[in-house]
Amino acid sequence: MNVVVCVKQIPDPAVPGALEADHTLDRSGKLILDESDSYGVEMALQLVDAAGGGEVTLVSMAPNEEVGGLRTALAMGAAKAILVSDPALGGSDALSTAKVLAKAIERAGEVDLVLAATESSDGYTGTVPAQVAELLDWPAVTFAKKVEVAGGTVKVQRQTEAGYDEVEAPTPAVVSVTAGVVEPRYPSFKGIMAAKSKPVDNVTVADLGLDASQVGWSGARQEITNVAEAPARQAGEKFEDDGTGAEKIVAFLEQLKVV
Amino acid sequence: MKVWVYAEADGDKVTTATLELLTKAREVADTVEAVYAGSAGDAVAAAVGAHGATKLFVVDPGGGLHGHVAGRAIAQLAGEHNPDAILFVQSYDGRDAIARVSARLDRPVLTNGMALSGEGGLTFGTAIFGGMTLVDAKFSADGPALLAIRPKSFAAEESGGGPAEVVNVGAVDAGTAGAAKLLERHVEEQQGPKLEEASVVVSGGRGIGASENYAPLVEELAKLLKGAWGASRAIVDAGWVPYALQVGQTGKTVKPKVYIALGISGATQHLVGMKNSDNIVAVNKDGEAPIFSVADIGIVGDVHKVVPQLIELIKAKG
Repeated sequence: MNVVVCVKQIPDPAVPGALEADHTLDRSGKLILDESDSYGVEMALQLVDAAGGGEVTLVSMAPNEEVGGLRTALAMGAAKAILVSDPALGGSDALSTAKVLAKAIERAGEVDLVLAATESSDGYTGTVPAQVAELLDWPAVTFAKKVEVAGGTVKVQRQTEAGYDEVEAPTPAVVSVTAGVVEPRYPSFKGIMAAKSKPVDNVTVADLGLDASQVGWSGARQEITNVAEAPARQAGEKFEDDGTGAEKIVAFLEQLKVV
Repeated sequence: MKVWVYAEADGDKVTTATLELLTKAREVADTVEAVYAGSAGDAVAAAVGAHGATKLFVVDPGGGLHGHVAGRAIAQLAGEHNPDAILFVQSYDGRDAIARVSARLDRPVLTNGMALSGEGGLTFGTAIFGGMTLVDAKFSADGPALLAIRPKSFAAEESGGGPAEVVNVGAVDAGTAGAAKLLERHVEEQQGPKLEEASVVVSGGRGIGASENYAPLVEELAKLLKGAWGASRAIVDAGWVPYALQVGQTGKTVKPKVYIALGISGATQHLVGMKNSDNIVAVNKDGEAPIFSVADIGIVGDVHKVVPQLIELIKAKG
């Protein structure tokens, strides 16, 4: 079974984010594999193992030829990657991203399943997996917490507000997985060394048969009209706990008539 | 201006977040209509009508996932009825639906919205970096504008309108979008008030140390305060508590009278889901933790000491 995982390389979330003059996210620092994507990579590896054959292919896009995050996922065990890298991609919105990823997935050949995170940690639009499915004309199941594939069918436990739904779809299908559903493996030393020589197919927007006007700022067809600091909350009080911390909280709750 | 709302219902009860969108839609549009996929058309027509919708398109989802089937149906109906904008709740099904419509009609989306204004065309407001920076955006694409909005961004208010006129669309050919079939629903028993509706919410994060500390610290305090209990993404990812308890960007948005954060550092992912609470209490070991920047009262201390004392004090008050 062949599984494609959509992965994103993002600025380290531990570093405070900043916007460029054109209102895109500052991506000039080191980029890392979005932690949300590590769950999809792990699940893909487990599914291919369970199927007894096949391989995991990564699909990613970036305005520069960044591969640091991809190497992390390759070191976990993915076989190869397709990286769409093109200056024209700067400013791409979710739909443009989905168009690029869908084309890249078609380039990956015979695919049974596409896995993605429910949303990226930096842009979090949260629509890309289902947009990719619509563009490929495939079924999609989002917010999966358990995934099994057998006999051309993918069975999913899908998160809901009240619990979960059991859902079934014919493959090929797109499935987005929530964080925490599997325990992502740490790359072994051997894996890290092997990842250095795994193939990364570097392609441009034109290679995918897309026009540059369909992606980036022109594809996004939206403009940022204003950026402002949110009104700060009234500064509160902060106390070192000297044994009276709990009493201070109780006094506060009393004021609010909660206790 | 004509605005559509994708209406969601839990059984035959329209979700509060749907009613919030209808209320806002009334303010920016002359005509408000709704689209719903499910079997409770009449009950939904009454509720959406009472909140300003004059027409309700009812789609039969068959055995398919509602959001995906509704997405295909909305794409088709929008071509016939030309709404200027379509609003979706930033929910599981709402996200599926907006994504399908977007790719089907080749229209961009804006999601995670928290504000909407109709002046000079639709302007959409959202917050980034954990709610610290506000961004306004507009589409330059042709309509319909596709917008997903977070729950609790607006208040739901009745318009005094009667039931919306029901237009039965029936089953639609959803193709592959309808090929994912819903086999069975599982409702996980939830004790206490719902997270989104509770007036007190107590949440725990990595600072509680281990999964077995969640019940005696977080749940216990929440129960004492007749509140709901939640969690940060860190401990959901770690498998300590179920995903349904997650407060934040990927989880639930809460706006209680009091939010108590125990051992939560306050990553942007978490702040965006709780920072509009009326009052915020935080207990965390690290005095530099970002949670203190939004807390009305912050205790720099060990949750394992402070919380048991707090529980005893509240119990003593009866």
